[in-house]
Amino acid sequence: MKAISLNFEIHQPMRLKRYRFFDIGNDHYYYDDFLNDDIVTRIAERSYIPAAKTLLHMIEQNKGAFKCSISISGVAIEQLEQYVPEMIDLLKKLADTGCVEFLAVPYAHSLASLTDPEEFSEQVRVHSNKLNTLLGVDPKVLRNTELIYSDEIAPQILAMGYKGVLTEGAKHILGWKSPDYVYNAASAPKLKVLLRNAKLSDDIAFHFSDTSWDAYPLTADKYMDWVAATPAEEQIVNICLNLETFGGIHPAESGIFQFLEALPRMAAERGIEFWTPTEAIKKLKPVAELVVMHPISDADEARDVSAWLGNDLQNEAFRKLYSVAERVRLCSDRRLKQDWWYLQGSDHLYYMSTKHLADGAVHSLFSPYETPFQAFTNYMNVLADFIVRVEDQYPMEIENEELNALLTTIRNQEREIATLNKELSSARRDLEHYNEEHALRAPAAKKEPAAKKEPKAKATSKKAAAKKTTEK
Amino acid sequence: MKALMFGWEFPPHILGGLGTASYGLTRGMWECGDMDITFVIPKPWGDEDRSFANIIGASQVPVAWRDVNRDYVEQRIGRVMDPDLYYRLRDHIYADFNYMRTNDLGCLEFSGRYPDNLLEEINNYSIMAGVVARTIDFDIIHSHDWLTYPAGIHAKQVTGKPLVIHVHATDYDRSRGNVNPTVFNIERDGMIHADHIITVSNLTRNTVIEKYGIDPAKVTTVHNAVVPLSQELLDVKVEKPKEKIVTFLGRITMQKGPEYFVEAAAKVLKNNRNVRFVMAGSGDMMDKMIDLVAKRDIADRFHFPGFQKGKQVYEMLKASDVYMMPSVSEPFGISPLEAMQMGVPSIISKQSGCAEILNNVIKTDYWDIDAMADAINSIVTYPAMYNQLREDGLKEVAQITWDKAGKKVIDIYKKVLNR
Repeated sequence: MKAISLNFEIHQPMRLKRYRFFDIGNDHYYYDDFLNDDIVTRIAERSYIPAAKTLLHMIEQNKGAFKCSISISGVAIEQLEQYVPEMIDLLKKLADTGCVEFLAVPYAHSLASLTDPEEFSEQVRVHSNKLNTLLGVDPKVLRNTELIYSDEIAPQILAMGYKGVLTEGAKHILGWKSPDYVYNAASAPKLKVLLRNAKLSDDIAFHFSDTSWDAYPLTADKYMDWVAATPAEEQIVNICLNLETFGGIHPAESGIFQFLEALPRMAAERGIEFWTPTEAIKKLKPVAELVVMHPISDADEARDVSAWLGNDLQNEAFRKLYSVAERVRLCSDRRLKQDWWYLQGSDHLYYMSTKHLADGAVHSLFSPYETPFQAFTNYMNVLADFIVRVEDQYPMEIENEELNALLTTIRNQEREIATLNKELSSARRDLEHYNEEHALRAPAAKKEPAAKKEPKAKATSKKAAAKKTTEK
Repeated sequence: MKALMFGWEFPPHILGGLGTASYGLTRGMWECGDMDITFVIPKPWGDEDRSFANIIGASQVPVAWRDVNRDYVEQRIGRVMDPDLYYRLRDHIYADFNYMRTNDLGCLEFSGRYPDNLLEEINNYSIMAGVVARTIDFDIIHSHDWLTYPAGIHAKQVTGKPLVIHVHATDYDRSRGNVNPTVFNIERDGMIHADHIITVSNLTRNTVIEKYGIDPAKVTTVHNAVVPLSQELLDVKVEKPKEKIVTFLGRITMQKGPEYFVEAAAKVLKNNRNVRFVMAGSGDMMDKMIDLVAKRDIADRFHFPGFQKGKQVYEMLKASDVYMMPSVSEPFGISPLEAMQMGVPSIISKQSGCAEILNNVIKTDYWDIDAMADAINSIVTYPAMYNQLREDGLKEVAQITWDKAGKKVIDIYKKVLNR
């Protein structure tokens, strides 16, 4: 028995507008709405919508034999809600089939897991809530931003209540081992680890329409032969693809949709099943422990985090951003929180990479900026304004702890007042009941003294409440 | 292979980038080996580096016969020319130029600069070239910049050897489009007669093809490079003021876009007072710039130290935190490379030839003062930006060497000579 677990990723960053340093302090809107609208609408039309429809069709046709999973970032959901709401309907339909599992991801597609555990769990929580309200699903497996994973992150994921995690089958971690098994995390043995099969994923993601590739043209038949040819004891092949692969990276004319549609039939011929990640971790036992000392990811040849944190520019921006994390969490301004999430998108750091500056390879492909230096300058200008706004909320002279203490006091008092108010109103209601009963029992002439009593009772309870507040 | 080169400037007595580039390229070609180069310059001073090329001074080439004895020649010009060569040249005088203003050795005088009677000097240079071409043995002629094109054409017509011309700049760059018809004609004449044309950037290549109507097949780009700086220059000591310094270094002329520098400075200073701006150099737009600075009310933060030469240039760079070259049209522009060698992050205009080969610099359009101001602010505000550009810039510029450019030129020679 062999199974494939297909995972499709949907993510779109909030691209920033050109923001000059003289805008700092004057302009608090950071996003290029036109560009975002344009890109998201175009990709949805060309890729997301036809791909989602194809998946729906496949599920209907195969009557439960075809299953897959989708991971969609919160930022992408927000943009789809705004620009392409029909995509949300399609996601809802997919969720309703019961054949599509939705994975938990950090809401902002951020790198918070590398530096700020609290932010990481907060974002995963918010994302799950969003999925729940929107699609009525409850994620059980987590896929971190760009498949980032390490021994340090594993216990955090387990603590959040997830049983499994999907990450990269990085060669330097696996060595001779195969990615096609379920492993368990060395630092959190109860957490099961699923690994992306990089070779079989990239065959579709990168090579499908490459005419100079020796295996071109790739057919579903051939592809399933490859899957079937893996050793019999390897039971789960995790294929992780960006949903843009279909119709975006490889245009519809390349036949990529037909390829996708033919997969279930070809799999059935070879006795290969489709599982969701949750099924995989339920059905299979971990074969070994996986030790990951340094964070791994799905990016570049190195499969580490150097695509986002590989040079001075990126590290400076990253440090500056998370230096205000605690403060932002303290505050309750909704716009500020929203910007906080949008600015955490890993894409902003990716644009600053100088790795392939000379040959201008993959990094520049997705960047709205001409150079990494421009990306850095623009981002830092926006961040400077953002930090000014955070400081306006809470002056920097006050230490975090002090601020925290003050805020706790205020919140406690608020709560206290709320409970007292509740007590008061219930007391008042009791009194009214009492009065009514009294009125029923007593003759009409005795009404007057009862009415007098009411204001008096009110005054005393108020005094008591005031006293309690000052005691605190 | 033997090459005869005609040039106008040669270090250490240089007026612009032409001399530096001619020197670097010749040296780079010599490093590739098997090259015998004769370099003709208008007026040698005797302190030129002659280790890699035979230098002939045009001021020492006789065009009219004089009966002078060896001791006299030795005493008059022995410092810059071997008397034997003088006599060999004298044997090849091809017409009577006594009607011209010749001196006691029968030579024409050259200033080697850009005097008012420049066209006359160019013409004289061409007359002198006829003598040299008849005397020296060579396989190919190489003319640097328009001043020496007539000399190259002359040498080609006399000997039938192929001519390669090197376009370091065109009059379109110098005049922002208002070309001088005389200069244009000299340039175009050179391009038409040339067997191959070398341009210092694709930008210049396009100008040559589009504005001068030359067949693209015979125009090749060979980007300039830089000579590594000596340790002495790298170690120059300067007192740094507590503010950040942003520097413009070059001729203050229309071509260099100085007004955009001033406007960008005004933008930066509105929000960031921790910066000083320096416009070092001289030129016909200097007074206008001083006026503009006063108008923008930034004179307290904007300085004009005047023309810098030799070591002063490197002291200036050492004191700088940002180097700027907002040229409107720059055929190549070697100065940002020098700034990078000194570890100074550079901002250059996209209209500069060197933008084609540099990655670790910031490129903006010359008119985009918002982008320039933003870039300046970013470098002086964020240490990460400064360090990234500085460190990677040093690495990058160390790779841009003249021997690579020299190799390309030699390949072009071989192609022209069908070898």
